[in-house]
Amino acid sequence: MNYELMIETFPKLLMGSYITIQLVTISLFIGLFLAVGLALLRLSSNSFLIFFAKTYIFYFRGTPLLVQIFLIYYGIGQFESVRESVFWVFFKEAYWCGILALTLNTCAYSSEIIRGGIQSVPLGQIESAKSTGMSRFLLYRRIILPIAFRQALPAYGNEMILMVKATSLVSTITIMDITGIARLVIAKTFSPVEIFIVAGLIYLTINFAVTRLVSFCEYKLTPHLRYNE
Amino acid sequence: MITRFFLTLITALFLVIPASFAGDWSKIKIGTEGAYPPWNGTNAAGELEGAEIDLIADLCARMNAECEIVAQDWDGIIPALQNGKYDAIIAGMSITEERMKVINFSQGYANEPASFSVMKSSSLAGLQASGKVNMDSLDSASTALIDALKSSLSGKVVGVQGSTTHENFVKQVLGDSVTMKSYDTQLNLELDLIAGRIDALLSDKGSMEEFMGTDKGKDVVFIGPNLGGGPFGAGVGAGLRKADTDLLKMINKAIDEARADGTLAKHFTKWFGKDISM
Repeated sequence: MNYELMIETFPKLLMGSYITIQLVTISLFIGLFLAVGLALLRLSSNSFLIFFAKTYIFYFRGTPLLVQIFLIYYGIGQFESVRESVFWVFFKEAYWCGILALTLNTCAYSSEIIRGGIQSVPLGQIESAKSTGMSRFLLYRRIILPIAFRQALPAYGNEMILMVKATSLVSTITIMDITGIARLVIAKTFSPVEIFIVAGLIYLTINFAVTRLVSFCEYKLTPHLRYNE
Repeated sequence: MITRFFLTLITALFLVIPASFAGDWSKIKIGTEGAYPPWNGTNAAGELEGAEIDLIADLCARMNAECEIVAQDWDGIIPALQNGKYDAIIAGMSITEERMKVINFSQGYANEPASFSVMKSSSLAGLQASGKVNMDSLDSASTALIDALKSSLSGKVVGVQGSTTHENFVKQVLGDSVTMKSYDTQLNLELDLIAGRIDALLSDKGSMEEFMGTDKGKDVVFIGPNLGGGPFGAGVGAGLRKADTDLLKMINKAIDEARADGTLAKHFTKWFGKDISM
């Protein structure tokens, strides 16, 4: 094992983690908003909206993320009409194609997690809220969504961790994230073991931070479950 | 009990890490990429084909060896050789000093210059595709050709396949004057030139000519001089582990024979439409 090489590579890969963290944060942030919307569509009483939500979730959960990334990056670039349109400013950049694929993908998974959370809100609490005369909007804002988020948090923490790891796939469309840089260094040094161990350790560190963050949120959101305070 | 079972399992896993059987080369595994036509491509039926696939069959027959071809992604092709996943690389790999540090090469069997390509409609297409540069012996004329390349490509986005001699050239010679993008395969590189995400690409001429012959690639043209030598290496050869000197001798002998009776030239002429064997 060439430790010197590992130490030498570490700062280079750390540069890549900047891109990785950007990709994760942006796509999780936008994805979560879209996911709440999608979950509400899925739970609405309009059969057309339910069909739309179900179809979207079916396709984005049912196909590999790698295929989605390739379709968005190489697929869309094939059409001259897209290349000549204003959208090309967006699709030309591998970075935005990567963000789009990750966002659409996490949106599908998260919406199901949030739906589960919403459906786990006890009916009694909804009825009590209604009996006080809360409007539908207030009911969602004050009662349903906060409880739903709390219930969904452990599962959503899983999704966040999966997303951190999923970003490694964007290295296939020329984005220089941790994995992208790792592959570049391996091409020079021909030492995949050392380099991938360092890359793995960086992903592990990021995910350690993510799990701590999720635990912290869980702690803050469940004061009623804490003893001895 | 369970702990012991797992310990045994782990030990067993380490033991099966393939060991090469020195001296017995009646069965040889050959690694290739399968994504680099016409050197080594994959046809619609999913079978490997190309000049080097024919060459492998030819060399193996001469060595009285039973060969199995393994398709391996380009960026892991040298590490997989070192880990014993196969015994030789025959994958359009140029013989370079950098690679010689970690693996051995057979004698070269083919040589094809590199060149930049752009879309016909590009402003870069004005740069005439002529001249020849040997990076090992740069005279004033070839330095002028390189400078002309540099100044027209300055500020442009240049694509290359990752872990290639072309990537090395762009890094070493063009450096920060261009934005370099590395691709996993030659095809993805070509697709992004068509899509306009890159302004130019650098690759070997043979594989580009193959692409220019297709409907998708019909609007792609070469610019600038033919490039060879220096970072591009000294021709294409078979890559082998340093330890396998006996296999090296066998392959060199087989290549000698194939060259002498003209079959080497035949394989490359068939796939490239010109004789690029050496």
